[in-house]
Amino acid sequence: MAAVQANEEKTAKGTVRGRRIFSYIILIFLTFLCLIWFYILFINTTRSNGELGKGFTPIPSSHLIENLSNMLHGSLPFVRGMLNSLIIAGLSAFFSTYFSTMTAYAIHAYDFKGKKAIYTFILAIMMIPTQVSALGFVQLVSKMNLMDHYLPLVVPAVASPVVFFYMKQYMDSNLPGSLLEAARIDGAGEFRIFNTIVMPLMKPAIAVQAIFTFVNSWNNYFTPALILHKETMKTLPVLIAELRSADWLKFDMGQVYASITFSIFPVIFVYLFLSKYIVGGVTAGGVKG
Amino acid sequence: MEKRKKSRIKRHNRYGYIFLIPFMAVFVIFQMIPLLSTIYNSFFENYRSGLKQIGPNFIGLANYAKLFTSGDLPKYFANTMIMWVLGFVPQIVVSLALAAWFTDPSLHLKAQRFFKTVIYLPNLIMASAFAMLFFTLFADSGPVNSILMSLHLLSKPYKFMSHVGSVRGMVAFMNFLMWFGNTTILLMAGMLGIDSSLFEAAEVDGANARQIFFRITMPILKPIFVYVMITSLIGGLQMFDVPQILTNGSGDPMRSSMTLIMYLNKHLYSKNYGMAGALSVILLIITGLLSMVVFKTTADKKD
Amino acid sequence: MKKRMKTLLSLAMAAALVVPMAACGSGTTASSKSASASGSSASSASTSASSSATEETTAASSSSATEAASSAEDASGEGTVLNIQCWNDEFANRLAAHYPGFEAADPKDATKGGKIGDVTVKFTVTPSDDNAYQNNLDTVLPENADASADKKVDIFLVEADYALKYIDADANVAMKLSDLGITDDDLSKQYQYTKDVVTDANGDIRGSSWQACSAGLIFNRDIAKKVLGTDDLDAVQDAVSSWDKFNETAKKVKDAGYQMCSAMDTYRVYSNNVSGPWVQDGKVVVDDNIKAWAEDSKALVDAGEENSYELWSDDWSKGFFKDTPVFCYFGPAWLINFSMHSDEDGSVGKDGGWGFVTGPQGFYWGGTWICAANGTDNPTLVKDIILNMTTNDDVMKEIAVDDSDCVNNKTVLDALASDEKFGNPILGGQNPYAMLSAGAEKVDMSNISIYDQGCNEEFQTAMKNYFDGNASYDDALAQFKSAIQEKYPDVSVD
Repeated sequence: MAAVQANEEKTAKGTVRGRRIFSYIILIFLTFLCLIWFYILFINTTRSNGELGKGFTPIPSSHLIENLSNMLHGSLPFVRGMLNSLIIAGLSAFFSTYFSTMTAYAIHAYDFKGKKAIYTFILAIMMIPTQVSALGFVQLVSKMNLMDHYLPLVVPAVASPVVFFYMKQYMDSNLPGSLLEAARIDGAGEFRIFNTIVMPLMKPAIAVQAIFTFVNSWNNYFTPALILHKETMKTLPVLIAELRSADWLKFDMGQVYASITFSIFPVIFVYLFLSKYIVGGVTAGGVKG
Repeated sequence: MEKRKKSRIKRHNRYGYIFLIPFMAVFVIFQMIPLLSTIYNSFFENYRSGLKQIGPNFIGLANYAKLFTSGDLPKYFANTMIMWVLGFVPQIVVSLALAAWFTDPSLHLKAQRFFKTVIYLPNLIMASAFAMLFFTLFADSGPVNSILMSLHLLSKPYKFMSHVGSVRGMVAFMNFLMWFGNTTILLMAGMLGIDSSLFEAAEVDGANARQIFFRITMPILKPIFVYVMITSLIGGLQMFDVPQILTNGSGDPMRSSMTLIMYLNKHLYSKNYGMAGALSVILLIITGLLSMVVFKTTADKKD
Repeated sequence: MKKRMKTLLSLAMAAALVVPMAACGSGTTASSKSASASGSSASSASTSASSSATEETTAASSSSATEAASSAEDASGEGTVLNIQCWNDEFANRLAAHYPGFEAADPKDATKGGKIGDVTVKFTVTPSDDNAYQNNLDTVLPENADASADKKVDIFLVEADYALKYIDADANVAMKLSDLGITDDDLSKQYQYTKDVVTDANGDIRGSSWQACSAGLIFNRDIAKKVLGTDDLDAVQDAVSSWDKFNETAKKVKDAGYQMCSAMDTYRVYSNNVSGPWVQDGKVVVDDNIKAWAEDSKALVDAGEENSYELWSDDWSKGFFKDTPVFCYFGPAWLINFSMHSDEDGSVGKDGGWGFVTGPQGFYWGGTWICAANGTDNPTLVKDIILNMTTNDDVMKEIAVDDSDCVNNKTVLDALASDEKFGNPILGGQNPYAMLSAGAEKVDMSNISIYDQGCNEEFQTAMKNYFDGNASYDDALAQFKSAIQEKYPDVSVD
């Protein structure tokens, strides 16, 4: 690529084509790397436990419907699990983006005593590994009588230092102070400015972090496994783990793969829905003209 | 920017505090209290042997002393950093390249939407499910080995899980796959704020792709780029799930893929709150120091 | 990598942490509610008996039903809820199918519980993944006496690997069977090793099992014919009757282009035949037989005569199918019946291609023990369940015939051994019961300790490095020792 760029100025047209071809090759390779997993997952979902024992083949088998129906009619409540996952991941995404944006806005747009200290403090929080406070967290939840409850899985999302940090950085490059002053001169209240002017301007950043938070929460096994013990409260990753620890009599990899496939679909839809705010936007900014 | 604002909006500034309330309240309850109890625990002998509870007995800094004298910490720190760098370097290079291509008006890449959407998809697969697929692919009798053998690149199956290089490589590869789309999306979202007319004007003025990238894209992207660096570093230091699942918690061969958090996890098996607490505190300090370095270096350049 | 900070920690680790929290909810409710999806399954109930049981469901959960008690005779004044802790549906199915008077709430899913007379039976299923099951027991059992009546654990199940932890005399979370009124006489038909596993330091028995999972060497008949010239059971046994002979045979197998087995297969055999426990006087001791496993296996792996695949991995289970080079596996009857994909076309077992012999040393693998939780408010019923499910000849026979369990009852196994009907098609018609019974007599489990599970796991993990050529024996041993220090801070390693 360096060689290509060296010649760039001389034969502009030729090199652009060269770079374009190079980009396509890389992109197609990456696409292959990204999609192959879904293909394998699909193949494995169509195979019975015994067939899976024989090792991988690239050709689908005929047990897709059977595996899915075994999973859905088995003793674990997967449909209910999906609902639980949707509620928890959806609320987490909402709480973390809305309140983190609000917090970032507080630091970005106002001047007050201790602002620097608070900013540094929040960044410091970011460095605490979750594992560190997990034990204490669950003991706390237990003391608060919030076991088997959505709240401890959703409310902590309000304080997401990572999301906050991203919002703050995004505001630094994309939210000019002049705009806010104009709004104030028009007499808008601070909450109104935040909700009607700042939030819409932050759409791409919110979409990005909403996706990340949603996906993380959706795939999180760790905390829900500690908090949720009632079968009807459990989220999909917890149920999948239960399916995988079935005893050798009942163990059925086909069902495990079916449950994984089953749990991926909703998150793909959510992703595709939210990603248009990012993907579409860049296209408009970068390619037009 | 902040200085300019100062004069105009003083009376609104109390809203700064108001807007901070939800975050701070939740933080204090759900993170601060558990964190303090972790630190407190690090000074106690407190674990279970079978069903027997030992402690808590105050033992001062003995847990810390044990961690440092065992001599394993530097090794696990090195493992963590090696696997992080192995995954992060390609990740940031690819992400920047993709971000540059997607914003380069002269390239006119077709099917951009498709590519941009696809690159994030691996992140949607649960790490544990991902690892199952990896095992299937890289088994001795798996498709990767059979392809390599049918190409006569190998005479007998390569044991991917039994070599230091390949295990670390697989951890890095899996991390790369799961997170490069994430990084690219962050960068692209950062570029949304860049007015497309800037690129067009630069092109008209005869700037080439490299100039556009380094003179226009990167400076505007800088805050987001700092974010990517810092969060990647922190995420890297906290690397856990991928190596844990791929090596079944062992970190083998010979613990060469054992990360700091996996080590922490080992102590949690015996509910050893004392050792786990001490290790957590050390981890916190390491992360803080490294992040400060990144912050300082990037902040200096800003001025 | 980046975003992981808060959230992505995830999976595997969960276990270790589950610790204090599992306490809360799990003890009681989880599986007993006849919840959700399965509602539809009730409609497909086939027999009239089961459909009437279905109707009982609602009554059961409100615990208002007042039917005559069938088996809990003198249980007046005892609890109305029988709580059972388990990690899968195995015991629930056995209880539902074989305990007289059990009416399942959902005939298709025994873990939904049911009724025994007036008593509502509730199962709490906690997966054993990531140690979650034990973490759950660790929280509920010590506080069982103080739990409210409906939440008291009455029965919990354990596996041999960690049984000692829960039947420990000091911990005292499992009742002595003698305190329940179960006598040595009641247990006289059980195999000694199944009692050793649940005997505490004072010699008191605190659990009972319906299974005797003695095991042996399962060989591929085709390969035996090619390598040894015969698949005759006595001849094959003769070729593997000691470790020396086994190693000689391994060489022949290799020379013929095959592989003996995985080094991980033989571990249980060696470790079941040790001369002393893992931890003696607070110090880890690597037994000679364990050392022998490491040395023998290293030689075999280096010579290409054995592989080092981990149990249950794709590569390991390849040998269940034809045209693969694996000569043998080590396992009990359940491995043969349920795990070797014998219903699958192309598997060795489908055509009866396996043979079953004793092998170099006797050993066992698996088995579930029933313990009565200290603090139970249903001692009479618990006693009756243990007696019926683990000592009653008729029930044992039923379980052996219906479920293919190798039951813990000498009389029944001996009867099966002499009955031609019980030839196993997977084994080419061989009746394995005489061998299993003799094997179970020989297993010696007097050297177990509460540290066994961790020590066995960590030793194999560490030695895999040695086999793969990534470490010397001493380095691997050092890694084993540091792992033990992490798991058991109270055990000394040098």
